Amino acid sequence: MIEIEGITKRYNGTAVVDDVSMIVEPRTIAVIVGTSGSGKTTLLRMINRLVEPTAGVIKLDGADNRSLPGYQLRRSIGYAIQGHGLFPHRTVAQNIGTVPLLLGWDKDRIKARVEELMTLYQLDPQAYGPRYPHELSGGQQQRVGVARALAAEPNVLLMDEPFGALDPIIRTKAQEDLLAIQKRFGTTIVLVTHDMEEAVHMGDKIAVMDAGKLLQYARPAEILARPANGFVETLVGSSERPFRLLSLGRVRDAVEPGGAEGEAIPGDASQRDALAELLWTGRPALPVKGADGKPLGRVTVEGLVKRARPA
Amino acid sequence: MTLRFDKLGVVIAAIVAYAAFAAPFATFRANRIVPGQARSVLEALPAALGTLLLAILIIGGIVALLRTPLVLRLAASVITLAALAILIGVAGGLLTPAGNTFARIAPASGFWLLIFAFTLLLADVLTRLDLSPSARVGVLAVAALAIGALLVSGSWDSLSILKEYASRADSFWAEGSKHITLALGSLAAAVVAGVPLGILCHRVEALRAGVLNVLNIIQTIPSIALFGLLIAPLGWIAAHVPGAAAAGIRGIGTAPAFVALFLYSLLPVVANTVVGLAGVPRAANDAARGMGMTDRQRLFDVEFPLAFPVILTGIRIVLVQNIGLATIAALIGGGGFGVFVFQGVGQTAMDLVLLGAVPTVALAFAAAIILDAVIEMTSTKRRADSE
Repeated sequence: MIEIEGITKRYNGTAVVDDVSMIVEPRTIAVIVGTSGSGKTTLLRMINRLVEPTAGVIKLDGADNRSLPGYQLRRSIGYAIQGHGLFPHRTVAQNIGTVPLLLGWDKDRIKARVEELMTLYQLDPQAYGPRYPHELSGGQQQRVGVARALAAEPNVLLMDEPFGALDPIIRTKAQEDLLAIQKRFGTTIVLVTHDMEEAVHMGDKIAVMDAGKLLQYARPAEILARPANGFVETLVGSSERPFRLLSLGRVRDAVEPGGAEGEAIPGDASQRDALAELLWTGRPALPVKGADGKPLGRVTVEGLVKRARPA
Repeated sequence: MTLRFDKLGVVIAAIVAYAAFAAPFATFRANRIVPGQARSVLEALPAALGTLLLAILIIGGIVALLRTPLVLRLAASVITLAALAILIGVAGGLLTPAGNTFARIAPASGFWLLIFAFTLLLADVLTRLDLSPSARVGVLAVAALAIGALLVSGSWDSLSILKEYASRADSFWAEGSKHITLALGSLAAAVVAGVPLGILCHRVEALRAGVLNVLNIIQTIPSIALFGLLIAPLGWIAAHVPGAAAAGIRGIGTAPAFVALFLYSLLPVVANTVVGLAGVPRAANDAARGMGMTDRQRLFDVEFPLAFPVILTGIRIVLVQNIGLATIAALIGGGGFGVFVFQGVGQTAMDLVLLGAVPTVALAFAAAIILDAVIEMTSTKRRADSE
């Protein structure tokens, strides 16, 4: 759990982060979104004390984050940044093993952990371990960056626009991978982005920041349905809003009794995908199948359109 | 098939044509300071050898002129250079009248131009072959061994430079080791002082402009003036600091030469350290801090290894510069190869000047090749390792 209480950061009298308070529940993902210069990165960097706050307290699992020297604190917190920041003079395996080495793990344990993470990220340890970062593709480099951040099994992972440099297809894959790994390890993640789409997709809760202030901190559906003010509404994007709201729900939850013609859509696909399919093929309804392939019922254009508006 | 000309080859062939037929191959002088008389290739060598050399030069020139395979160009340059090196010794022996120890035979402009032309061809071939760093050092070693073998074999003993050497063999090696000590010692001192100073300038921005400007100004002081400026403070230290005079510190001699070379060396070392550290990717630095490296760990594990090739480039500049500059030390009694240069200028004995100048140029050239190879090895290590 991360408790941020009344955090302020001033540079030469100007508040970059202004009296922000929020709580990130354990094993959830909090996404901080805002335009550039909104203070989102500074807020993130105060959690692991790369930036020292002017006022306020941040507690990690109840303990003040100033109770340890900064470098020791940072070894216990994962950190991944845009453009990955891999060390160009070290191999992939050495890069991933950075924090375990700093923590003084023994060789075998580091090797085992590096191989475990590389396998998890679909990088063959034998083939890729001895390579240097510049020999990898952008997507591979990004995966190594996240693997490195997770190497010492941190409870908390901080990510500053980790997918910013990726093309859309690899980006979607990286997001899915991160969600799967977050589920598997139960890591608490704070992720900074300027992309609302990413925020809605990834976040259990979204924090919207502007000019150093926290404007709204709520679940994605809440942010979409009831933006706190004009700025949040603009950020949410009024033309995108219904589709983003639909993207939060699963087809399974929109099923109506009855049947329909054509290929069935899986129950755990997003309602947005279902609506897109219906609009594209010009049909009024789609059959829905469960994970076991059995028919669950159908979704209709009418039913989905109702759900594209806040209740 | 049409004949096509090589661009550089046209220049080389022109030089070869002029040097082989219009310029003197060797100079004959009755003693070491009178003006000499020119001797062409055919006058300096017996008819058979002279004709052979001209034939080799013509073939070499044609190979250079046309677009020919690299192997052929390599062979032409090596064979021609070897023939020139061996035959100038032969000419020296033939032109010296029997029993005459005053006469001096020196290679003349034609010989030097031919050496220049075919070295250019060789350098061009080696560049185009894109040799690995270790292969380049290997080529250097082979060339050094070949020249060493010719020197030891005595085939050049009749040439004027070696006659000067023969009468100064002891002091040649003493001054040589002094020269190298001066150049390397001041470099080592500059690295020990300059790299930490560069790190400090990188970390403390307020210092950077000031320090670099002061070093820039030092760099612009002419060396003779710097020696003059150092006489007073070093003389004062010698007179007032106990033990300083005993340690060899005086207003003139080795101490001011060492200090001057050290001061000239600081700018490249400090500036390249600052540039190298500034070139470390910002993201790598941020990640290093974010993962919990201390400032010291970040410096030694991330910043320094990444800046190292650039710092090494600074060290290369300093080494080559110092080997050349150290000749000036002789002016204030600091020793080194400069001693022969200034003696030679004083006696108008050009051969003596060359005895000081040729080893200096050779040392600087070898240092440049070796350090270039080291720099390339350190900066491409990452790539090569993984292949």
